[in-house]
Amino acid sequence: MEPFTNYTGIGVPLRGSNVDTDQIIPAVYLKRVTRSGFEDGLFSAWRSDEHFVLNQAPFDKGSVLVAGPDFGTGSSREHAVWALLDYGFRVVISARFGDIFRGNAGKQGLLAALCEQSDVEQLWKLLETEPGTEVTVDLEQKTVRAKDFQARFEIDEYTRWRLLEGLDDIGLTMRSAAEIDAFEAAREPWKPVTTPLPA
Amino acid sequence: MGKTLAEKVWDAHVVRKGDGAEPDLLYIDLHLVHEVTSPQAFDGLRLQGRGVRRPDLTIATEDHNVPTEGIDLPIADEVSRTQVDTLRRNCAEFGVRLHPMGDAEQGIVHVIGPQLGLTQPGMTVVCGDSHTSTHGAFGSIAFGIGTSEVEHVLATQTLPLRPFKTMAINVNGTLREGVSAKDIILAVIAKIGTGGGQGYILEYRGEAIRALSMEARMTICNMSIEAGARAGMIAPDETTFEYVRDKPHAPKGAEWDAAVDAWKQLRSDADASFDTEVDIDADALSPYVTWGTNPGQGLPLGERVPDPEQIADETARAAAEKAITYMGLTPGTPLREIGVDTVFLGSCTNGRIEDLRAAAEVLRGRTIAPSLRMLVVPGSMRVRAQAEAEGLHEVFLAAGAEWRQAGCSMCLGMNPDQLAPGERSASTSNRNFEGRQGKGGRTHLVSPTVAAATAVRGKLSAPSDLTADAAEYVEV
Repeated sequence: MEPFTNYTGIGVPLRGSNVDTDQIIPAVYLKRVTRSGFEDGLFSAWRSDEHFVLNQAPFDKGSVLVAGPDFGTGSSREHAVWALLDYGFRVVISARFGDIFRGNAGKQGLLAALCEQSDVEQLWKLLETEPGTEVTVDLEQKTVRAKDFQARFEIDEYTRWRLLEGLDDIGLTMRSAAEIDAFEAAREPWKPVTTPLPA
Repeated sequence: MGKTLAEKVWDAHVVRKGDGAEPDLLYIDLHLVHEVTSPQAFDGLRLQGRGVRRPDLTIATEDHNVPTEGIDLPIADEVSRTQVDTLRRNCAEFGVRLHPMGDAEQGIVHVIGPQLGLTQPGMTVVCGDSHTSTHGAFGSIAFGIGTSEVEHVLATQTLPLRPFKTMAINVNGTLREGVSAKDIILAVIAKIGTGGGQGYILEYRGEAIRALSMEARMTICNMSIEAGARAGMIAPDETTFEYVRDKPHAPKGAEWDAAVDAWKQLRSDADASFDTEVDIDADALSPYVTWGTNPGQGLPLGERVPDPEQIADETARAAAEKAITYMGLTPGTPLREIGVDTVFLGSCTNGRIEDLRAAAEVLRGRTIAPSLRMLVVPGSMRVRAQAEAEGLHEVFLAAGAEWRQAGCSMCLGMNPDQLAPGERSASTSNRNFEGRQGKGGRTHLVSPTVAAATAVRGKLSAPSDLTADAAEYVEV
């Protein structure tokens, strides 16, 4: 996982609340066997509508999603986060996130920034009147900026630290490599291994 | 204060103690892998340029998707075939031992671990499958994990986890003739509910548990997840040691002695305290069957389909109404009068040799009802070979049942063995959820002997129902 300090990208206004993970990516896309390529399933029901925001330039190049409250509720599928990342999003801003989604996002390096709904609405107006406006998210300062707009966002300290350090769960555990080595060295010799036995 | 069995095994696997809100980092002794929940985990490793840390503590098999007949042919279903092919490629690339379809050691992941002797007391065992709790029968902490966690274990052989609470399930007394481990666990789930075990590791204790064979103990631990628990455990004893002793991967010679010495310490201390305790009277148990659509909706076979009107709790009443409608039942019908279309004997719950022996004993010299089909699906190719060596397959075939290859089969609708809409089964598996055995299918969970007796009589039955009126049901 790449360290996340600050990020600047085109903001995408996604009005509407309660965008659950079935809307982010429907179950039919869960059958695949790869971890990448989920961008085609992102918001797939809406993508067939030519008026949908991601079907319009310059929003189709967007990477900072500004969403309504209760984004990412419902099914625990990790695919929702994969789909957003695969499409190119690095940040989702919302006034409230589904708990599991927020946890999954932190693990995969997608910043879920919690803002006041009034700030979200100001951002929506700005992005809609001046499409293509870039939004800068500073994780060290916990601020969101776009043109003259500036606001603070919230994120739990543990997730913030992990994102700043670029540590996914596995990366974090690998910091304990010496302790894992030591534990392994002390394991009882009779513990089984799966190595095939001589015939 | 003393420690519980779960606390002892946990503490022995802590690589790094978490401080405050941070989880413990737990070492994993054995990682079982199958085709459904592993593809994205391997792909995640590939994307990050990571390898499998301990391929020698990892083993894979094909089970969920595999057909149980025509296994020499390509799998017809494209998604299933892709998952199986992907597992084969991943195991080859990352150096993981795999038992593919047709291999002598292939079978359901939770059947092959114990039979290879890879499941031993005092271990931590994980798999991307909720029925991993099965391996707790050896006094191991064994639980199901999600795909991200599968990747985490592949990469690091550890998992960050917060400790579970502990619950003692005391099964006191002695089981009566004709009552089995399946009846114990169905009674436990009916008592504590499908959410009763949430956040806990269950420890099954007491005289009735001590008296059980290893395979019966596996049946009980297997269904811990159906009570909402992440894991279930039983303290290892002489029965456990005897079961493990001759298995291929069991310790040998001086290592065996050292292992047994260590395993003998694996019991809850007399002064250990559990967060919760539940008591079950084994003497009062009789064969259990489920009537509804979750494993907690079960009753003794002698009872009737419940009347939702009589259920005081509003949520339970609504659930009962919905279940009875789905199941196509009428309140007040004696459970013994419910006719079934299909009998399924198999799964990681009841697909072991003792299960097949028990069912064959009931079927010997009898035939199944003409209107009904019975699938007998061994949990592994080794179980299948053992059954054939004992001539059990001839009993099943003579009775009119189908004798299949090993796999998860009709336990879940992921392979060709499925119920048709509206079709009713008596099944030795673990989940009677709506659509679990096929869209619209109706499942009654039962023990292997009840399954066999039901196949003969055509209605939910215990073997004692057959002897009572043998002439009517026995065809010579």
